[in-house]
Amino acid sequence: MTMEFSEHIKTANVDDVVLKLPLRPALKGTLCVTAHHLVFSERKEEGSYQLLLLLRSVDAIEKSVENLLGYPQYPSAGPGQRMTGLSGSSGTIVIKCKDLRILQFDIPGMEECLNVASSIEALSSLESVTELYPFFHRPRELSLSEPWGLSSPQQQYAQTERLWDRWRLSKVNRNFSVCMSYPRTVIVPCAIDDITLAKAASFRQGGRFPVLCYYHRSNGMVIMRSSQPMTGANRKRCREDELLLQAAIDESEMGYIIDTRSAQQAQQARMAGGGFESKAFYHHWRRLHRHLERGKVLQESLIKLVEACGDPSQNMDRWLSKLENSKWLSHVHSALSTAGLVAECVERDGHSVLVHGFEGTDTTLLVTSLAQLILDPASRTFRGFLQLLEREWVQAGHPFRQRCAHSAHSHARLRQECPAFLLLLDATWQLGRQFPLALEFSEVLLLRLAQDAYASDYGTFLCSSEQERCALQVKENTHCLFQFLLRREEREKYVNPLYEATDLAIWPSVHPQSLQLWTGLFLRWTEYAQTMDEAREEIWTIVKERKETDRPKGCAHTTLSRHDSFTNVENLMDELTVL
Amino acid sequence: MDHIRTPKVENVRWLDRLTPRRIAVGTLYLSSTHTIFVENSDARKETWVLHSLVGSVERLAGTPAGCPLLVRCKNFQVFQLLLPQERDCADVYASLAHLSRPERYGDLYCFSFQPNLDKEERERAWNFLDLLADFSRMGIPSNLWHATPANHEYRVCDTYPSELFVPKSASPAVIVGSAKFRSRGRFPVLSYYHRDTSAAVCRSSQPLSGFSARSLEDEQMLQAIMKSNPASEYVYVVDTRPKLNAMANRAAGKGYESEDHYSNIRLHFVAIDNIHVMRSSQQKLADVGDLRSPSMGDFLWGLENSGWLKHIKAVLDAGVFIAKAVAEEGVSVLVHCSDGWDRTAQACSVASVLLDPYYRTLKGFMVLMEKDWVSFGHKFSHRYAHLDGDPREVSPVLDQFLECVWQLMEQFPCAFEFNERFLLQLHTHVHSCQYGNFIGNSQKERKELRIRERTHSVWHHLWENRVEFINPLYRVDHNQTQGVLRPVTTPYCFKFWKNMYSPVERGVAMRLSDCLNAVREESQQLEEELDAHQEVPRETDAEQGIHTPTKHACLETTLALYPHATVPSHTHKLGQPSNICPPFLKNPRVLKLVTPP
Repeated sequence: MTMEFSEHIKTANVDDVVLKLPLRPALKGTLCVTAHHLVFSERKEEGSYQLLLLLRSVDAIEKSVENLLGYPQYPSAGPGQRMTGLSGSSGTIVIKCKDLRILQFDIPGMEECLNVASSIEALSSLESVTELYPFFHRPRELSLSEPWGLSSPQQQYAQTERLWDRWRLSKVNRNFSVCMSYPRTVIVPCAIDDITLAKAASFRQGGRFPVLCYYHRSNGMVIMRSSQPMTGANRKRCREDELLLQAAIDESEMGYIIDTRSAQQAQQARMAGGGFESKAFYHHWRRLHRHLERGKVLQESLIKLVEACGDPSQNMDRWLSKLENSKWLSHVHSALSTAGLVAECVERDGHSVLVHGFEGTDTTLLVTSLAQLILDPASRTFRGFLQLLEREWVQAGHPFRQRCAHSAHSHARLRQECPAFLLLLDATWQLGRQFPLALEFSEVLLLRLAQDAYASDYGTFLCSSEQERCALQVKENTHCLFQFLLRREEREKYVNPLYEATDLAIWPSVHPQSLQLWTGLFLRWTEYAQTMDEAREEIWTIVKERKETDRPKGCAHTTLSRHDSFTNVENLMDELTVL
Repeated sequence: MDHIRTPKVENVRWLDRLTPRRIAVGTLYLSSTHTIFVENSDARKETWVLHSLVGSVERLAGTPAGCPLLVRCKNFQVFQLLLPQERDCADVYASLAHLSRPERYGDLYCFSFQPNLDKEERERAWNFLDLLADFSRMGIPSNLWHATPANHEYRVCDTYPSELFVPKSASPAVIVGSAKFRSRGRFPVLSYYHRDTSAAVCRSSQPLSGFSARSLEDEQMLQAIMKSNPASEYVYVVDTRPKLNAMANRAAGKGYESEDHYSNIRLHFVAIDNIHVMRSSQQKLADVGDLRSPSMGDFLWGLENSGWLKHIKAVLDAGVFIAKAVAEEGVSVLVHCSDGWDRTAQACSVASVLLDPYYRTLKGFMVLMEKDWVSFGHKFSHRYAHLDGDPREVSPVLDQFLECVWQLMEQFPCAFEFNERFLLQLHTHVHSCQYGNFIGNSQKERKELRIRERTHSVWHHLWENRVEFINPLYRVDHNQTQGVLRPVTTPYCFKFWKNMYSPVERGVAMRLSDCLNAVREESQQLEEELDAHQEVPRETDAEQGIHTPTKHACLETTLALYPHATVPSHTHKLGQPSNICPPFLKNPRVLKLVTPP
């Protein structure tokens, strides 16, 4: 432990601490504060419970102490709490985690309690990335020399032969000088040289010029993404940017620009130097506006929803009005509808699409990645989905560090927090619920990702861009979450037992009745989620039993449906609506 | 066929309200029991609508394309017919309006429905369930409870079954005296006995206590119930009405038990609203399910505004209270409302489902329905408007029970042997009048109608088709299957029952039209391009699942393709009367059924 960490730890160990967790009886044991973790060990000989809590996952901490010297009784002491020691004071720390779990420690001794609380406060909000746990996490079974990340634009390009005649790899950003938040290499039209790219980049906010993110094999159409053009109040134009977009489609084709802002917002953006592609200069592109909420509005929506889920009131009207008021499901609805529109343009109508909003780092990525899930069977596999996240979120420069600094419980003043990534996971969950066989991964993976995006043992979600990751040598000094999840013994926890690949697009229903609260995430720490877990286990049991019975017949790769009556599969699918 | 002036109309257009752009053209046939629509397409797809399932028919303003008829079914399906001729439309309207509201029991479909069963098989089907066997299954100790002959010939109470179980210590005089002191003579009797704790769930109607009246016999009856549970020192009296309503009843000489007069009782009110509140609440809910393209906000607001889930929660909470009293405190419970056939049936049956795993099996659930609802005189024909009658008697009482079970199934996916489809099917059959089980308002009435001789039993039919109704996640030895079910009833556990209230939504088509509508507003040109485009997919994806194969179809689509109605097993009997039997019986695969034949 370095000096810096130990400075923050005045009391490292406290005995006779009572821990209260959701759905468990209170436990008594020893609490220990380390540089990156809270460790609680139950004081019992056998089968004792241990809690290892990453300090980074603490979202908010509430402490209350009582100094009752001279009073023999402690009227506020809760059940299970019996004072030991003679200090005559005690304290309670409530920890609200970024994964929405809430735990409580009752600590004998006011001073100890305050010390522990201030350690948690300081160590859970370390500013420097390299002080964070991923830089210290060294599990025996992993080696730092293993590959970091799953794929690169080079590999993506190399694997898609049909891209080659019209698209090329550009290293114009090799020093991150053209665009701070892009990776070193990007895929762009062959007809556009690097000088033109650099000029186009200077016309886009943050230098995020239009790049390819998805190629639709069946008709050669593409999805591109960028940030807004900086047309400003006097309608500046940029020939290079126009050329770039023109080169992405044929003379005779029509492309669509899906702007994730309302038309009014796009107009107003001009006052701040931003803007939109004018029809006069981009003849072959048609612009559609689909307003998605972003930033603070989204963060507040999450906070309201989590607050509603934690409300113990038995009043149905109150719950429904809070659920509506949070608007979270409306945001899920808009995200899926807009992605559906993009997918429809590409698949049904055969048009290429450019997606952008303001910076092109949040709602843009939400829409492009959901559209790919709808369209692309490869992105629905376990590895493919992780690759999609790596490409569209990690490498594409979603600012995880700012967006996921705090979750729904934090009392800190909101800065740049925004649950865009959580919204993607929610929308993906809705897809999985509507198409129970189409995704190779299960809800458990989505929950794991939701947790790790906010606090992780791994380096994957650290930093906000490739440039930052390089500067801080993240890839050299941390382990990669995606690589870890793909290890055989891990992978098994996260796959969907019912998966069967399909080459077809999966068109989600976005009727409000078809979208549901993601109980697995938002009610994760309630009894309600427990019975769902049991059901999930049951599905595994059924699938495993079936595999057992199939094996003697010599079928190596059996699937549920092939050996089951039609009705049974139908019935199972019905049941899956709840999971 | 006096009421069918036009038995066949050609070139009729069929529209689902939620997918207005998908129109099928075909021929409409009217039989005495069904409206049948046969598409002109090569597949000759057939849609059968049982007249007794038709809730309302509405003539809408004529359009150049034809005269529209809007038909709403009692199982919440909605469709629209577009008839070319005004005169045909008027005829069909008049026929449907008449056929969907029969005036006499004899006109109901069950009396003409003839599945392929001989007399012996029919009788065996009727004997499929045995209520007395269920009481012995409960393990009732014969020294504490016994069957009383008091109500043979329905002498004491004409809305109760003839076989009743009462505390052994209750003498005939106590029974008769208690019955006199209860609304409609519905004295306290055993509904469920919980072997593990020896506590019982009993049911009755409200006492005629007014402000001060009392009955020694009725007090003795409650005392007897308490004594039949040797370990306990009191009995809960659960009044399922809001306390204010119960108090208001006192002014009319009814009311609730006074704790001063009945020693050792504990009164508990659970505040389930009355049938009129429930009727209007469900109407509002159905309107929400009917919205064409609501925003998320519209939907959630409508859901809240209907108050429906609040009522469902109240019913479930009542069941939870009773189950806790019986299983955890070991205290017997007497449940009543006003007449003891609506809210009482709900509360008792929910409690039974929670208490006894047997009632969570397919057959056990049938037994429970037969016991707490059919035999105890839930007024099926009044509540579900089997005959043209007082609309104020109609109320979705059973719907709420089925929904409570559905909500439990959502919370405990492994706990029930049957699936959602079974509940939906049951709901349809309660309204369809195809089988005799739910005809009439009491056992006595069914006996007088000779239901067992003249109609068929639905339970046997459902049992024969059970493969469709089995929940694959159910396993006898699973922990959710064991013992008492303890649900969480925090509001967030309750969901909108989509497959009940929005049954015709097709995910794919819906989403498409949403997108297309929005696109159209912004770009006229795009619309034309898309119009040219959608001709092809729209025909295929929603209807034949070609766009997405069944297993990968969006669940919504799957449900549309395989509606909860069963594929007919007696198809050859469908076309009667034979004189207008349409020429498609060679094609028995009926893809879209509003009712199971």
